[in-house]
Amino acid sequence: MARKDRLSGNEAVAFAMKQIDPDVMGAFPITPSTEIPQYFAQYVANGEVNTEYVTVESEHSSMSTCIGASAAGGRAVTATSSCGLALMWELLYVAASDRLPIVLACVNRALSGPININNDHSDSMGARDSGWIQIYAENNQEAYDNFVQAYPIAEAAGVRLPVMICQDGFITSHAVENIELCEDAEVKDFVGEYNPEHYLLKHENPLAVGPYGVSPYYMEAKVAQAHAMMNAKQVILDVGRRFGEMTGRSYGFFESYQLDDAELAILLIGSSAGTARACVDELRAQGKKVGMLKLRVFRPFPAEEIAEALKGCKAVAVMDKTESFSGNGGPLGAEVRGALYDLPTPPRVINYVYGLGGRDFRVEDCAQVFDELAEVAVNGVTGSTYRHIGQREE
Amino acid sequence: MNKPVEIRWHGRGGQGAKTACLLLADAAFSSGKYVQGFPEYGPERMGAPITAYNRISDERCTVHSNIYNPDFVVVVDESLLECVDVTAGLSPEGAIIINTDKEPADVRPLLRGYTGKVCTIDARAISEETLGKNFPNTPMLAAAVKVSGVVDPDRFVQDMEASFRHKFATKPQVIAGNMNALTKSMQEVKAG
Amino acid sequence: MIHAKDINEHSPWQQLTPGCEIYEPGTAAAFNTGDWRTATPIYHADRCKQCLLCAPYCPDCALRVKDGKLTGIEYMHCKGCGICTKVCPFGAITFEEEGK
Repeated sequence: MARKDRLSGNEAVAFAMKQIDPDVMGAFPITPSTEIPQYFAQYVANGEVNTEYVTVESEHSSMSTCIGASAAGGRAVTATSSCGLALMWELLYVAASDRLPIVLACVNRALSGPININNDHSDSMGARDSGWIQIYAENNQEAYDNFVQAYPIAEAAGVRLPVMICQDGFITSHAVENIELCEDAEVKDFVGEYNPEHYLLKHENPLAVGPYGVSPYYMEAKVAQAHAMMNAKQVILDVGRRFGEMTGRSYGFFESYQLDDAELAILLIGSSAGTARACVDELRAQGKKVGMLKLRVFRPFPAEEIAEALKGCKAVAVMDKTESFSGNGGPLGAEVRGALYDLPTPPRVINYVYGLGGRDFRVEDCAQVFDELAEVAVNGVTGSTYRHIGQREE
Repeated sequence: MNKPVEIRWHGRGGQGAKTACLLLADAAFSSGKYVQGFPEYGPERMGAPITAYNRISDERCTVHSNIYNPDFVVVVDESLLECVDVTAGLSPEGAIIINTDKEPADVRPLLRGYTGKVCTIDARAISEETLGKNFPNTPMLAAAVKVSGVVDPDRFVQDMEASFRHKFATKPQVIAGNMNALTKSMQEVKAG
Repeated sequence: MIHAKDINEHSPWQQLTPGCEIYEPGTAAAFNTGDWRTATPIYHADRCKQCLLCAPYCPDCALRVKDGKLTGIEYMHCKGCGICTKVCPFGAITFEEEGK
């Protein structure tokens, strides 16, 4: 039985954590994720969870705590944002390469500088090659739903990888919206007991974690890790389907919205997708063949599936909420362009960088993107394929 | 598609404008609406101008941008009229609700040519009378409900009483004062 | 379960453990460090008084002790540091350059 409520994205994630009742939380505050350990601390203080709540002196230590706890055989969780994630960098790679199914609630915020507390995706996009599964949410509901699905994905046999559940700082983390929550027992049942085959505290079978890997082994270890990420694709689909059977809300790699006959499409991640959806509705009402692809799973990257979904489009705008300073576009633009390259007649791709450091993305901005795409599609003249939108110009 | 009612709050850090915005979301949620309540965040300090937003509708609203063309604007601190363009984008079909002891006609000249409805409420006086302190957000919330009509006023009063009973379970003496502040504000808000 | 002894430099990636975890203790015993040796200690049982001074000095536990008696040298682990040859009061362990 679903429970209707109204919660902010941070409240929703903290509530999911409570229902999961993980063994250990490495807790360190940073805006805008601070509320997650804050709310969770109340659950701990009230005896509503059995979690060992470890307050540490930095994010480097909160991730280290999670690594130790996960290697010991526990379910470990943490939350962070921005520079906090950056301070975890070294440990993100350790967690992934040690194949520890840790779950991290990432509340996306810009990286310095100039120092800024508002939303963009530069933190998690910077960590995109650390070996973590990355799943993004459009709103509080998806942040909650994704979090409930995180451990079944992370812990699956053949995967065993850490998962980052991302939502947009402030825009969803601090916005109160309607939400449907699962019952505690449903979540417990869905997530299940965690019984790893091997773990440090298994006294009859001592274990060494994270050994040195000399050249004759390192390559093999990395290939195995890469295959684990590929294996995650089917698991993500299975878990998303199973979640749908429980709640009526199924999840895949992405959501296609009005894409079937779309000539122009916008591809984006996170809360902006809701704004783009409203824009697509407006333009469809005017008879324009436009659609949207909202990417949910960025790691593993569903390249073939995206190519299949966009193959009928004439022009596609790929929206990066981060700069990569490549001089050639953002990370999402590069990946999507790569995914479309092998199509016999790929759509034209324009890569936009938008929404940095909390710069608002309005329905009008989305409409402007579609206007520019129409120009590209009609005239066939692409112009610059790397554009910024939303900034002041001379 | 039904268009959500969009409300923009202007207050000063520490006054409770964000809390009032979230309480309005709560009240609308309780009456079966789809809601959004969100502040515009920055490095806020006590006294600095802040903005918060509500979208209230019968279907889920997916737009996640700030609100630029609100139906209603609520100004929790009168002194903001001098430093913030509070009527920017405000629909002339809508209304602005200002915390002031002045009459609507007296504040209209400060509103940069806004032609829509101007409502005033002396939230400070009501708050000091009913709560003994200047907590303007409760009376402003009530005035916003009354003027905007986004929630049925009777239902709103019932829901708020339940909410206060829950929120102030350990200090029941303040419940009556808050309820008085609500009802008084709904009676005294003036339109011009 | 994959045991450390079954993993070597010819193992394909599919036969490594996840994260290169090692599921048993003391696996250093399976690792040949004998080929680091450039000089070799030679045990002379006829000169040995079984005082066992040598055994605790060996950094690699390469001196085989059985039932309280030194029985010889484990060349798979001996790195040829020569400490045993220095501590033996009776000249029962001599040190010879590898290859001689």
